[in-house]
Amino acid sequence: MSTTVADAHVDHDAHDDHGPAKGWRRWLYATNHKDIGTMYLVFSLAMFFFGGAMALVIRSELFQPGLQFVDPAFFNQMTTMHALIMVFGAVMPAFVGLANWMIPMMIGAPDMALPRMNNWSFWILPVAFGILASTLFMPGGAPASGWTMYPPLVLQTGDAFPFLIFSVHLMGLSSIMGAINVIVTIINMRAPDMTLLKMPMFVWTWLITAYLLIAVMPVLAGAVTMLLTDQFFGTSFFLAAGGGDPVMFQHIFWFFGHPEVYIMILPAFGIISAIVPAFARKRLFGYTSMVYATASIAILSFIVWAHHMYTTGMPVTGQLFFMYATMLIAVPTGVKIFNWVATMWRGSMTFETPMLWAVGFIFVFTMGGFTGLILAMAPIDQQLQDTYYVVAHFHYVLVAGSLFAMFAGVYFWGPKWTGVMYSETRGKIHFWLSLIFFNVTFFPMHFLGLAGMPRRYADYPMQFADFNAIASIGAFGFGLMQVYFFFFVVLPMMRGQGEKAPQKPWEGAEGLEWEVPSPAPWHTFETPPKLDATATRVIG
Amino acid sequence: MIRKISAAVLALLVAGDVLADRAVNMPRGITELSAETYQIHMIIFWWCVAIAVVVFGAMIYSIINHRKSKGVEPATFTHSMTAEVIWTVIPVIILLIMAVPSAELMIKLEDTRDPDMTVVVTGYQWKWHYAYQGEDVAFYSSLARASATARRRGSGIDPESVDNYLLDVDRPLVVPRGAKVRVLLTSNDVVHAWWVPELAIKKDAIPGFVNETWFKAEVAGTYRGQCAELCGMDHGYMPIVVEVLEPDAFQAWLANEKGEATAVASVTGGDR
Repeated sequence: MSTTVADAHVDHDAHDDHGPAKGWRRWLYATNHKDIGTMYLVFSLAMFFFGGAMALVIRSELFQPGLQFVDPAFFNQMTTMHALIMVFGAVMPAFVGLANWMIPMMIGAPDMALPRMNNWSFWILPVAFGILASTLFMPGGAPASGWTMYPPLVLQTGDAFPFLIFSVHLMGLSSIMGAINVIVTIINMRAPDMTLLKMPMFVWTWLITAYLLIAVMPVLAGAVTMLLTDQFFGTSFFLAAGGGDPVMFQHIFWFFGHPEVYIMILPAFGIISAIVPAFARKRLFGYTSMVYATASIAILSFIVWAHHMYTTGMPVTGQLFFMYATMLIAVPTGVKIFNWVATMWRGSMTFETPMLWAVGFIFVFTMGGFTGLILAMAPIDQQLQDTYYVVAHFHYVLVAGSLFAMFAGVYFWGPKWTGVMYSETRGKIHFWLSLIFFNVTFFPMHFLGLAGMPRRYADYPMQFADFNAIASIGAFGFGLMQVYFFFFVVLPMMRGQGEKAPQKPWEGAEGLEWEVPSPAPWHTFETPPKLDATATRVIG
Repeated sequence: MIRKISAAVLALLVAGDVLADRAVNMPRGITELSAETYQIHMIIFWWCVAIAVVVFGAMIYSIINHRKSKGVEPATFTHSMTAEVIWTVIPVIILLIMAVPSAELMIKLEDTRDPDMTVVVTGYQWKWHYAYQGEDVAFYSSLARASATARRRGSGIDPESVDNYLLDVDRPLVVPRGAKVRVLLTSNDVVHAWWVPELAIKKDAIPGFVNETWFKAEVAGTYRGQCAELCGMDHGYMPIVVEVLEPDAFQAWLANEKGEATAVASVTGGDR
């Protein structure tokens, strides 16, 4: 039982040399998965506010037609940096942080398999984003060609260009090392009784995500390296004048880019699959089909990339192939939604904050799924490609998908990390107002896109004024709620202010992370635990 | 709940043509294929609404009724082959129903054979160039001066006071009504995209490559669009205006343009 684990920890406290190092050494030399997980989460939160501030610059400028605050060149830098920072700096590290914290505890392992590489893969990130952020002050400004970095436009970037490429390389390096660590940990370090099909869904989704990362991050690295050589070494991979093909970059980029969007959502599916059963007090419906659905989504993600490119002039047969393949993804994604609903069905539900976020996720993410289906249809996409409809769509799946799931995870596992409960009232305020402001911000963007407003525009014709004003108001409300979250939920928890968290705060929660005390001691499962038949409890 | 209300509002807005002026939906456009695009979009939209009603309905029912506070004991079922087969097969059928008309429309949209006339559109940072193939008519089309002045930061001009702010050009593309116009697209610098919503075509203009698309305008009038692929600083300031004239008026316009072209050529002694 858990007491043995706790006892083992007490033993360790007796002689201090096994405890965390003091001061900055603890963090710079960190090899403990919990410390590294914490650093990842704090870093991603910082990047979330950094990228969020840029979003607010964008929304301020778009509040009214005409240019009020920034020039179009700086506006484009903001959209580009907002995307790069949110994708690579906020969402991905946040999930890696969760993986670091939770995977060893969920599979009964003492730590990640490769702790020093774990340290390395984290510490690369601040360097990468330091470099990226410094481009804001370079001659010619930050990259302004969109996060998709399409040539030839990206080659017009000023001094920032090589720094952009180098920071993308570093981010990829960090992701690949993180992914290797996750795979090695899951494959090799599970408690002896935990077979693959007894692993928690979060572990499954991360295992699949990690394979996706290893498959596609090198592709991105290759693509940006070719940009670099086109710019500085006289190659013409993407330059038509030298016999190259600018569209080839788009193919290569989206061969990375589409799996990338699943990299950002599959771990979220894992979080939701942990939380919905806990608060429905009922085991996850269709566990096996969830695993297969996740794997199917991952495999399909490799053959749909060109649905981002319907307007590039592909042959009609190519467009039809990518349309059909994309539509196919609706099937396993649907299975997941239906399974969550079936898990809730005839459960005994309560709605604490993590469950609110999880249910909110299912509603809003499904909306993003619908618009995704509409965008998948090649002829309709001729009208909607590169409009605000697309902006609405991917924010419904990324903000309401990945971010809401992250919040759900923070409220769900936060007590385990910090040893204190968050304030339920504050959690609910954060949830409801975020949900409302999220929809105020992004729902009108569907109308804008349908009515014909292209994206990445610093200024727009008069007929788009009303909905843009509404969206901007919503964006500031949403931003304010995240400041509230930081000061009234995160900071108090990190300072240990609040009710003491029990070992298992949630009645219906299952899994090995609830078999260790709250806060989780610095070392857990130093010897492999013996598990019961479901592999959710320690029996000795 | 919020989303349900929003979805209901959206449904009302698109169902009623009352609010058509508000531009909350895709335009029906002025070509046969733009109308078909609109219809297919609406069909799929309503399928999504129907699925949403079922899925969200089940969730909301469950959220209301299956609560611990109502003393519900949790059921213990963890899977059901029947249910899972049903909710795999039904979506596949729905997708097939959607796929067939979309594929048919897609094939029509890409069928650029037998055009009545061809226009070569070249993207520049940040303007368009139009050349009428086989006719000696070619010109640049840039943002109209009123918009270009008003758009500057600190111009002090209220965009609302400018007619068709950011949607007006100095020289529109002029085409005849009822003719199949083939559009060949390329670019001189970076990737642009030529998009006129009322014509329901959007195609990238890519340096070194020539893309094809076509339209056949059924209604005379002026139709406006914008560049749809990020092309740098002034991406938002290279609109597209297509003026559809009656065939006679078009011929007169063309003759006039050709006359001007000859006059210019004789003065400058060079080709354009």
